[in-house]
Amino acid sequence: MTWLSLNWPHVIDLARAHLLLSVPAILLSVVIAVPVGRLAYRHPRVGGPLLGAASLLYAIPALPLLIVIPALLGTPLRSATTMIVALTVYGVALLVRTAADAFTAVDDHTRGAAVAVGHSPLAVFWQVDLPLAFPVLLSGVRVVTVSTIGLVTIGALIGVSSLGTLLTDGFQRSIPAEVTTGVIATVLLALLLDGLLLLTGRVAAPWTRAARPARGTAVTA
Amino acid sequence: MNLIAEALAWLAEPANWSGPGGIPARTGQHLAITALTILLAGLIAWPAGVLIGHTRRGAGIVGALTGAARAIPTLGLLTLFGLGLGIGLTAPLLALIVLAIPSLLAGTYAGIQAIDPAIPAAARAIGMSPAQVILTVEVPLAMPVIIGGLRSATLQVVATATLAAYTADIGLGRYLFAGLKSRDYTEMLGGALVVVALTLVLEVALAICQSVARRIVDPASRTQRTPA
Repeated sequence: MTWLSLNWPHVIDLARAHLLLSVPAILLSVVIAVPVGRLAYRHPRVGGPLLGAASLLYAIPALPLLIVIPALLGTPLRSATTMIVALTVYGVALLVRTAADAFTAVDDHTRGAAVAVGHSPLAVFWQVDLPLAFPVLLSGVRVVTVSTIGLVTIGALIGVSSLGTLLTDGFQRSIPAEVTTGVIATVLLALLLDGLLLLTGRVAAPWTRAARPARGTAVTA
Repeated sequence: MNLIAEALAWLAEPANWSGPGGIPARTGQHLAITALTILLAGLIAWPAGVLIGHTRRGAGIVGALTGAARAIPTLGLLTLFGLGLGIGLTAPLLALIVLAIPSLLAGTYAGIQAIDPAIPAAARAIGMSPAQVILTVEVPLAMPVIIGGLRSATLQVVATATLAAYTADIGLGRYLFAGLKSRDYTEMLGGALVVVALTLVLEVALAICQSVARRIVDPASRTQRTPA
């Protein structure tokens, strides 16, 4: 506690750096994985190998991936770009399968009905597939968010600042309080973003919650 | 691309393939600590998972445990144990065991939980003891999912064992940290490629084990259905 009371501005700075690395990676993962997941659902012959490749990608340990990316892309090793690319790779690998499952779970009759009343394929995607797949997609995004926040700490080993810096710095200078602060701050940040996503889900897709208490509360609404 | 060529040259260098710091020795260490971790974590997680799955009680604890474990940064656990227990094998080993337990536990419990309750009930009805029900009915039927848990635990441990070289002198991670310290990108990249290759081999091998187990469990259910 003493350590934190003396160093909290530093912790806040690092938490901001942590968010600046993880939030773009999470957004990129969603933007890439949702269309790819839908492709995998629509064309199982492409989708099978695609999902297999995704699970292989996810198997690659984080630190080696951080070292291989600069050699492949020419980005500097100690850079936010390398970090965000690596985090996006994991995010996409994790989310593609959930996205494919989410679209598979949408009832074909609903889709057929939408086509029958004259929706274009694009409208079917935006107005039928995406809203109905949303709850499952969101649960996938929450898993990606929590794991991304944890993974960012690995970047501290190659010198990219984040809350992980508290772990490496605390270890090198033998300050257990600093390491503990790093662990707790990372977990809290993960829980915070997870909670925000949960709230976003309730606001953006109220029907997923309305399904349960509808009977009792319908009168006042 | 030039960097990759240099790393491949590093990999082809005979000097890197011999002695206590050579690639075979480091790979051996890496696999040994992974196997030891899985074994020790399994001694705790497998019986606990079987018990939770068999009694169908305590599922909430498993859910909370695996959820919390996902949020804890692995590097944090390694450095905390490293600070508490000093440089040596004990600290990373304990940290790795803590990290491996949730996956093993979740796989075992989920596998047994997913079995149709009528099957163990039938086994009891023909006079099997609880131990027989567990060992000859539930565990074999849950095997594909148990191996699935083993698969994710193994990958997690191999990856984290790479980081363990930060606090102790073990495994393939040494190449990465030695390279980082001396700014020798070739050594780092060479070491990274070895770790990636090792992980992919393990992932594919365990995936094959899992599908073989599934095929052994599945024909049984198919032959049950067809005679009718």
